[in-house]
Amino acid sequence: MLTVVAAGPLTTVQDRGRPGLGGIGVGRSGAADRAAAALANRLVGNDAAAAVLEATLGGLVVRAEADCFVVTTGARCPGSPVHAAPGLLRAGTTLALGTPVAGLRTYLAVRGGIAVPPVLGSRSTDVLSGLGPAPLRAGDVLPEGDPAGPLPGVDLAPVADPPAGEVTVRLLPGPRADWLTAAALGALPGPWTVTAESNRVGLRLAGPRLERAVDGELASEGLVRGAVQVPPSGAPVLFLADAPVTGGYPVAGYVADDDVDRCAQLRPGQALRFRC
Amino acid sequence: MRVLPSGSSALLVELDDLDAVLGFSAALRDRALPGVVDVVPAARTVLVVSDGSLADLRTALERLPWRPGRAGTGERVELPVRYDGEDLAAVAGLLGTDPDGVVAAHTGREWTVAFCGFAPGFGYCVPDAEPWDVPRLTTPRTRVPAGAVGLAGGFTGVYPSASPGGWQLIGRTDVAVFDLSRDPAALLRPGVRVRFVPC
Repeated sequence: MLTVVAAGPLTTVQDRGRPGLGGIGVGRSGAADRAAAALANRLVGNDAAAAVLEATLGGLVVRAEADCFVVTTGARCPGSPVHAAPGLLRAGTTLALGTPVAGLRTYLAVRGGIAVPPVLGSRSTDVLSGLGPAPLRAGDVLPEGDPAGPLPGVDLAPVADPPAGEVTVRLLPGPRADWLTAAALGALPGPWTVTAESNRVGLRLAGPRLERAVDGELASEGLVRGAVQVPPSGAPVLFLADAPVTGGYPVAGYVADDDVDRCAQLRPGQALRFRC
Repeated sequence: MRVLPSGSSALLVELDDLDAVLGFSAALRDRALPGVVDVVPAARTVLVVSDGSLADLRTALERLPWRPGRAGTGERVELPVRYDGEDLAAVAGLLGTDPDGVVAAHTGREWTVAFCGFAPGFGYCVPDAEPWDVPRLTTPRTRVPAGAVGLAGGFTGVYPSASPGGWQLIGRTDVAVFDLSRDPAALLRPGVRVRFVPC
């Protein structure tokens, strides 16, 4: 069992989310950086479906109520001796995540997984729909599940930390690129600046104003994470894990699914380029 | 029908109208195509999410036999409604009838859930006959209670939970249309037929 001593700016429970429920208006949600969360689970021998903690900009402090095996991945926080290097957290000791130097989201996996009750098959908090457990608060007690498999016997996973500078990701065609003017399509690669009005739903980007070639309203249509939507303001939104199921503004492009994880590690002020 | 790109894990099928969306969605439900992990119908489109090859999916979608129409799932839901909504008189005025006329029209036809949106379990229901067109409120309410039955455009719907909302409210039901403790949680899933019964 882990007791939350401090939750930091925002810590949620996340797993692989609720795929397959878009038809009833339920978004997928799940870890914003899926690769980092999956790595954390692998390093402590968990099933890939196990739930982990997603800390935003560090600040999470947990106390082990019994000896447990833990690891952190994603944004490297000062104070974590177990970053990408699983280790034992002794009963009564705490793990305190400082503010990461680069990257935004840190995943803490505990062997056995975080075993809060699932909602519609998932333990993920969806900040848009409100489904799933509430964001963590100091005093919360988190039970662990049963370990799925043996410990992998890995001391250290050699993965690169999220970069602090400009990031370039691949942009694939979206369904409504023809709603933008030629000039707007030319400006789409950026660079863009990630604004402070960004969260698990999406990154709001600042940069050139993207003019629309088509006036009028688009009937809402389905979208998934990675969609780059252009609202009437001309400032694009790049949707992340808690994307809405449908949106009423044209989606000009899609960040390649593997690259969305890297976008989920971008902090306000960081620069983003699209390679079309 | 046009198949539009939507990144590395989905294709967006654009169709002529809502009847085509309903028919195409029904065909997709009937023959689970390989790799398809989610199907999201909307007013003019169906998003098909896949964990397999999009080239194969595109071919399969283009070859899928389907025809426009309200082929439902065969499931039927009856929702008892108290017709005492705040906008009932205004809606009657808009439709050139009286409140009893609105109730008769709402209860006297069968509705089909075309798609969900806005919130988990919010089903957009279309009538089998004589669609009407009711404008949204010019100023949405900041809070609509769970169970409120509303009209907007050619649709009727039931608010699954308390939320802001711009639909014209004609009544309310005590049935929880979205209940996480029930399986399935959503009563009003695409293809389900709905009848509203006065109570």
